[in-house]
This record gives sequence, structure tokens and C-alpha cells, in this order.
Amino acid sequence: MIQLKDKLLRGLLWISAFLSVAVLVMIVGFIFYKGINLISFSFIFGDYSPTGGGGIWPMIVTTIYTILISLIIATPIGIFAAVYLQEYAKQGRLVRTIRFATESLTGIPSIIYGLFGAVFFVTTLKLGMSIIAASLTLTIIVLPVIIRTTEEALKTVPLSYREGSLALGTTKLQTLYKVILPSAMPGVLSGIILSIGRIVGESAAIFLTAGTVAAMPDSIFSSARTLTVHAYLVTQESGDIELAAAVGIVLIVIILVINLSATFISKKLNRATNK
Amino acid sequence: MSRLMSTSVIEHGELTTKKQSWEGISQMEQFKEGTTKINVKDLNLFYGEKQALFGVYLDIHEKQVTALIGPSGCGKSTFLRTLNRMNDLIDGVKISGDIVIDHENIYKTNDVIKLRTKVGMVFQKPNLFPMSIYDNVAYGPRMQGIKNKKELNKLVEESLRGAAIWDEVKDRLKTSALGLSGGQQQRVCIARAIAMKPDVILMDEPTSALDPISTLKVEELITAMKKDYTIVIVTHNMQQAARISDKTAFFLNGEVVEYDDTDNIFSTPQDQRTEDYVTGRFG
Repeated sequence: MIQLKDKLLRGLLWISAFLSVAVLVMIVGFIFYKGINLISFSFIFGDYSPTGGGGIWPMIVTTIYTILISLIIATPIGIFAAVYLQEYAKQGRLVRTIRFATESLTGIPSIIYGLFGAVFFVTTLKLGMSIIAASLTLTIIVLPVIIRTTEEALKTVPLSYREGSLALGTTKLQTLYKVILPSAMPGVLSGIILSIGRIVGESAAIFLTAGTVAAMPDSIFSSARTLTVHAYLVTQESGDIELAAAVGIVLIVIILVINLSATFISKKLNRATNK
Repeated sequence: MSRLMSTSVIEHGELTTKKQSWEGISQMEQFKEGTTKINVKDLNLFYGEKQALFGVYLDIHEKQVTALIGPSGCGKSTFLRTLNRMNDLIDGVKISGDIVIDHENIYKTNDVIKLRTKVGMVFQKPNLFPMSIYDNVAYGPRMQGIKNKKELNKLVEESLRGAAIWDEVKDRLKTSALGLSGGQQQRVCIARAIAMKPDVILMDEPTSALDPISTLKVEELITAMKKDYTIVIVTHNMQQAARISDKTAFFLNGEVVEYDDTDNIFSTPQDQRTEDYVTGRFG
């Protein structure tokens, strides 16, 4: 009887695992199947042409801009906020409230952030529909992610490191910079990777703040279109699934490359400190 | 509740004072010569509402090894951590009484940094940072602002030699310290403490996580180190206290029951509780 139960349970586990992998394979397979024919050098690196046949280089550039700008702003603020909450703030009702707030922020649909960005950054701050307005909106979206993961990473740094450092007559700040943050770095990095995924995958919030101009942006104050927005628009406007799928391939590759390089860096960091 | 406690504090204080004065006489006759390095007077410590140390009086002598023994939870580690104010890290710790190191009351002057450069500490488990051996030993001096490469090199070598580990690690200074064995790590921890050129080194059960051979090496090291440093060591191992220490203080329930030359504590203890403990009747 127990053996039968065990077998059943194992079967269930196996099926669940199989299903989740199968779905992933199917989606990726579908996208590659539909889009691979369009992938060419001129498609990736060519300028966009509204009459068709052009490339998606402007969208790739726009996507990279939004990733970089959002991270440059969000990473330091997020890390500092996490350090404050975890290391300096007196643990009490205020900190609990802030934590609860950041946790809730991660659950808000991105269209709400987009609406806020459209009102605040685009209109009130007069940034206009632009890459910078979109990046600032994205900063708010990923900030809670970076704060949470950094906090978790700081929590895992053993007390013995802190004690060891402080017992050598160092200040709290020295201990933080030289021992605690370096030890927490892999965790912080995984938060940044998650954020990149969130930024690349975002469309609604960008649509409302950066607009849809399908041209190479002159500067970060130009309106522009990211890859996801492009994929959405071509499907919506012309029903060109193949083109959208080709954009999807490029997106998948970009995310893959970023993730792999981040794991590589994190491994390097670990090796430098642990071996 | 607090009223009750304060009366009990006074009682304990009186008790220990009386005993101390009696002991003071015997101390003068029995103690080997040596100047007082650390003078502890009527030290009480509370974790929130709970009192962990009751009116502790203790004179720790320069360039000797002083062992603190007693059963778990008797306050010996807590006491050790008051000497470099590591208890400050714990929320809700309250301390009364005086600890004077070299004529300076460490709880009156607020320079904890200076105190901790002067009073080093080695912990129960080796707690090297995830850095190279060299960086670990150079960490403290660097944080004090020493940048000169030659000076650091010399300091690292001296400290590692001082901790009797130089020959084992000299060819791998730039590799991670976490790749060393536990015993080696603990000796590098000692080197890291030595690198600050402290006067006093506190050790909190430094061999409890080590195998017997590593333990022996660390014990030999401690014995060799006392010509340069004043060492206070917490140990749950009575043989260890007997082997390496000059003075032994027996703690029980947050009080010092007896403090004397180590030989006397183990051969002719004055208090029945000390005798019961060192002969293994409890603890």
C-alpha cells in the first residue's frame, strides 16, 4: 500500500516536472519555428522600415538603453535601502511597514506603474514620452525586487563575519563595505538578474511612457519602442506573427546572454573570495 | 519584578565583596608576582530583565594566561565579551560596574574602536573572511589606514610566524583562507588578532571546534604567546585550563565562585562547589 502510494506520488512529481518543461519547450519551439526564417544579419542590425523588410536594430538599442538606465538608478538606491533596513534601522513597526510596502509593490500590475509614469514622469516632470521616462518608471518597478533580494542576501551573511571584523577595531561602515557587502554580492547579483528579466519583459508600462516611435532614438529623451512593445504592435497592427516571433527569438537570446554572463560574473566573484 | 532583582543584586554584590576581601588576603600571599592588567569591579550584566553576571570582581594579570571555567550558561563567555565590549552588539544588554584596563575605564571612555585594537579576540569557531590568507591577516591593519605594501608584508609575516602557521601557509598566502583546515584557520584567526599588535587577547573556547592534534598546536601556541600578551581564555575543558593557564576563575550562575592560581584551583580548591566541579561531580 505504502509502495503504491510512493509510486503514485513519484508519478505525479514526474508528470508535473515533465509538463512544465514541455510547455517551455513548446513555447520556445513555436517561436523558433515561426520566426527563425526571418532572422538574418540585416534583420537584427538593419534600420527599421515602415514599409516592411527592415530590421529591428532601433528596438534592440532602445531595450538596452532602458535596461542600463533603470539599473544604474535602481541598483545603488536599492542596495542602500536594503542596507539601511537590514543593518541600520531599528527593527520595529516602521521597518515592518516599509517591508510590507515594498513587498506589496512587487505585486502591483505593471500597467498601474505605467499610468503613474505617464502622469508623473511624462506630464508633470515634462519628460515627454521618452526612454528616460520609461526607465524611471521601470526603476520603480524593479526597486522592490532589488531591495528584497539584497535584504535576503544580507541576512545570510554569518554573524561570525560581523563579529570577527568588529572585534578587529573596525567601524560598522568598514565592516559593511569590506566584509558584509562582498559576501552578499552573489545574492545582490541575482536580484539584478531578476530585474533585467523584469525590464526586458515589460511592455505595458513602457508603452505608456516611452511611446511607440519606431526609429533610432536620438537621445534618451526621444520617444522609442522596445522589443516587447514592437512585438506587441506588429501582432496588433498587421497580425504578423512571424515577425513577432523573430523579435521573440532576439529577446530570448538577449536574456540568455545576460543571464549567462551574470552567472559567470557571480562564479568569478565566488572564486575570488572562496578559493 | 525590577525591585526584587535590585535587592538580589545587592545581596550578590555583598556576598562577593565579602568573599573577595577574604580572597584578597589569600591572593596576596599566594599569587605569583605580576601586575594587574585588567581590573574588574562589581560587574553586573543584564540581558533585558535577566541578570547574567552578578557582582564580578576579578584582577587579570599582565602576561599570564587566565582561564575562565564553569558549566554552560554560567556567564564565562558573557564576561569575556564585556572585556572588549562585544556585548554592545546585542540589543538590550545593560552593564553596571567598572572594568579598568591600563587605568582606563573602558565603559566610561567611548572609544570602542581603540579598545578593540588593544584587546583582540579569537572566537569559538574559526571565522576567517572569504578572502585570501594574506588579506585576512592584513584586514585589521589596513582598516587602521596602513597602506604601505612593505609594512603590510612584514606585519603579515610576523603575525603568521607569531601564530606558528607561517611555514604551513607561506606558499599560498594569496589563496582563499577558507581552503585551510579548521586548526590552521584558527591559527590564522590568532594571527589576524596579533596583526593588530594588541596587549590582550581574548579567546572564547578557541579549540572547541578542533581535533585533538590541532588543539594541542593551539595550546602550545597560547603558552608561547603569553610572554608577549595577556591572554584570557574561556574553556569548557578543565584539562586544558590546567595545562595552559596561570590563573583560573571558576564561574557558576553568573558569579565568580573562586579565583586563584590554577594549581591551587585544581589541587586545593577552597570552595566545595569548585571542588565538585573540577573533580567532575557536575557540569
